[in-house]
Amino acid sequence: MMYIKRCFILFKLFFRLGLFTIGGGYVILPMLQRELVERLKWIDEKQLLNIYAIGQSTPGIIAINTATFIGYQRAGALGGISATLGMVSPSLIIIMIIAAFFRHFKDYPIVQGAFVGIRVAVAMLLLITVVRMFKKGVTDTFGCFLCAGAFLALTLFNISAIWIVTASGLLGIVYYRRKEQGE
Amino acid sequence: MIYLELFFCFFLIGLFTIGGGLAALPLLQQTAVDGGWITQAEFYDMLAISQSTPGPIGINMATYIGFDHASILGAMTATAGMVTPSIIIIMLIAHFMKNFDKTPIVKRAMHALRASAVGLIATAAYFVLAASLFHVNGGDTRFNVPAVLLFVVLGLAYVKFKGHPIFYILAGGVAGVFLWG
Repeated sequence: MMYIKRCFILFKLFFRLGLFTIGGGYVILPMLQRELVERLKWIDEKQLLNIYAIGQSTPGIIAINTATFIGYQRAGALGGISATLGMVSPSLIIIMIIAAFFRHFKDYPIVQGAFVGIRVAVAMLLLITVVRMFKKGVTDTFGCFLCAGAFLALTLFNISAIWIVTASGLLGIVYYRRKEQGE
Repeated sequence: MIYLELFFCFFLIGLFTIGGGLAALPLLQQTAVDGGWITQAEFYDMLAISQSTPGPIGINMATYIGFDHASILGAMTATAGMVTPSIIIIMLIAHFMKNFDKTPIVKRAMHALRASAVGLIATAAYFVLAASLFHVNGGDTRFNVPAVLLFVVLGLAYVKFKGHPIFYILAGGVAGVFLWG
C-alpha cells in the first residue's frame, strides 16, 4: 500500500512540474529545488545537482531523465515510471486539445497571421538560446569545430543527426583523452 | 503497423537526444518532415505551439507529431517511444553506477556533445529564421520587411528586459494578427 501511495505522490508531483514547465526544460531545475529540497526534503541540494548532471549527460530529455531518476530512488521501477508518466501527462492532454482545435482554425487568416508573428518570436528566442548555449558549451577550438561541423553537416548536406551525435561523442572521447595525456 | 513505426522512430529520437530537448529538433525534422508525415510549415507551427504550452518541448513535439500522424493512440505511442530510452538508461544508472557522469569517458564525450548540441540547435534556429524573415511564397528570396522589423524589436526588448519567453511569443502573435491577419 505504502508503495502504491508513493507512486501516486510521485505522479502528482511531476504532473504539477510538467504543468508549470513552459518554454523548455531549463526552468525545471529551480522548481525541483523548491519542491524536492525545500518543501519535501527528499534530497539535499547537492544530490539534486548530481541527479541533474546525470540527466544532462545521458540520452533523452533532461526533465524526463531527472524525473525517472528521482522516481526510481523513491519507489523503484514503478516509481520511475510514475514520475515520468506524471511529467508527460500535461503535455499529452494540452497538446492533443490544441492540436484538435488548431486543425479547424489554422486556415483562418487571423490565425495564420498570428502564427507568422509567433514564428518570428520563436526564431528570436531560438537565436538567443544558441548564443547563450554557445558561450556556456563551446569552450575551446575543438568545440568550435564540432559546433560548426554539426551546423554545416545538417544545413548543407542534411546528414542524419544520429551520425552527428555519434561522431561528435566518439571524437570527443579520442580528442580529450589525447589532450589530457599530452598535458 | 503505424504504431510500431512511430514507437521505433521516437525511441531512436529519444536515444540520440543529448543536451536538451531543443537539440532533438533536427532529428525530429528529419524524421517527420523528410519522412513525409508533416509539411515544413506544420513543423514550424508545432514548434511554436510546443514552445508556448506547458511541458518539455521534446515531449510536446512528440505528442503533436504523433497525434497529427495517428490520432490519440499515435500521440501516446510517440511520447512513450521518446521516453523509453530515458527510463531504461536512467534506471540502470541509478541502480548500478551513480557516478556515471564523473567517469572520464562520459566527461570527454559530454564535453564534445555540449558543443555539437549548440550546432544542432543553431540549425533549428537557422531554418526558423529563414522561414520567418523571408517571404512566405516559395522561391521568393526577398526579405519580409515587417517580419525583420518585428524580429529586431522583439530581440532588443528581450535583451533589455528579459522576462518569460511566453510574453514574447504572445507579443509576436498579437503583432502578427495586425500585420498579416
